[in-house]
Amino acid sequence: MATINAPAGAAHARILGLGVYRPSRLVPNSEVVDAIDSSDEWIQQRSGIRTRRFASPEETVQMMSVAASRQALERAGITAAQVGCVVVATVSHLLQTPAIAPAIATELGTDHAAAFDISAACAGFCHAVALGSDMVRGGSARHVLVIGVERLSDITDMTDRGTAFIFADGAGAAVIGPSDVPGVGPVVWGSDGEQYDLIRQREDWRDVVGSDQEPGSGVMPHLTMQGNPVFRWASFTMAKVAQQALDAAGVSAEELDVFVPHQANMRIIDAMARSMKLPEHVRIGRDIADQGNTSAASIPLALDRMMLEGDARSGDTALLIAFGAGLAYAAQVVTVP
Amino acid sequence: MATTEEIRADLADIVNEVAGVDADDVQLDKSFVDDLDVDSLSMVEVVVAAEEKFGVTIPDDEVKNLKTVGDAVAYIERAQG
Repeated sequence: MATINAPAGAAHARILGLGVYRPSRLVPNSEVVDAIDSSDEWIQQRSGIRTRRFASPEETVQMMSVAASRQALERAGITAAQVGCVVVATVSHLLQTPAIAPAIATELGTDHAAAFDISAACAGFCHAVALGSDMVRGGSARHVLVIGVERLSDITDMTDRGTAFIFADGAGAAVIGPSDVPGVGPVVWGSDGEQYDLIRQREDWRDVVGSDQEPGSGVMPHLTMQGNPVFRWASFTMAKVAQQALDAAGVSAEELDVFVPHQANMRIIDAMARSMKLPEHVRIGRDIADQGNTSAASIPLALDRMMLEGDARSGDTALLIAFGAGLAYAAQVVTVP
Repeated sequence: MATTEEIRADLADIVNEVAGVDADDVQLDKSFVDDLDVDSLSMVEVVVAAEEKFGVTIPDDEVKNLKTVGDAVAYIERAQG
């Protein structure tokens, strides 16, 4: 039997640089209230959202991804040619195939980097960070570019009271590479298919198209969400997962500097923080107020803002947790780049 | 076995903690939504805290039937059996 070479990976991995792209158009609550017969006050009370950003036709999934990635690469001090793999987490790249990752990898100027998309909805970014970290340590790639990107405005039903005011657009990227010390803790992740229908694309594409005998609706499928059960799962079950990620990393709440949960809803963030009994000094990402829920992009967007505003500093210890449709979730402790 | 009044008082503390409602206002005849201004998301938080406190399970489908504080207290009493 032949002896097979084992891949040679780095001892440890960390996030080397973070980049984001925020679409140019700021959309206040006043623009979305009429279609859902609601008010600015109700939306703020229900979600903490004051504004969100919607992408223009030119701000495509690819364009936003490339912009965020260039910033991440520059901050990491890594060239595109050094990137061995590009992982894109998204649910709003509207081609079933091919994935958007190869197009992004090529536009960035990588040297034929491996590139693929993952579908883990709002949990996508933390899934991608876990994959990237494992690839660096496993030797599959020396530098991995992970991207969370969404244009949820394309698949949001603006007349749906449960979701129209929540979802938004944007992109975030992180370069993960080798490190002398651990910079990405063990991932705690999982899924719960019993709650598959809580957050989902309402229509199967076949229902949209239909057949010659029974024509479909021809209407773009939209996201739908059952708010209260999602709130319960996210606020309480996910608080336990966040604690498990801290335990797995061997980091106490006292040692934590920053908590960046998926920016799903301010009420979830508040309930989660209460449930976790985080110490006062832990600074919490609350980008959702201005940015809305950008699904896979929300954690890098929130962390980037905290870094710009001085709430997160290079070297800080941060707990990330992402959760959403599937249901799927992933959490890990990382060192802020 | 906890009395109705003990359950009401404990529930009042939970509603106070979650929604900032004065515990003395949390009386059996009060509606969570109309009288105490506890919205559906806060109600989820109240329910989860009540499950922990009283050792009962209150499924999502049941929550919408708990319109008044008295409804919730009665449900908890039954669930504790």
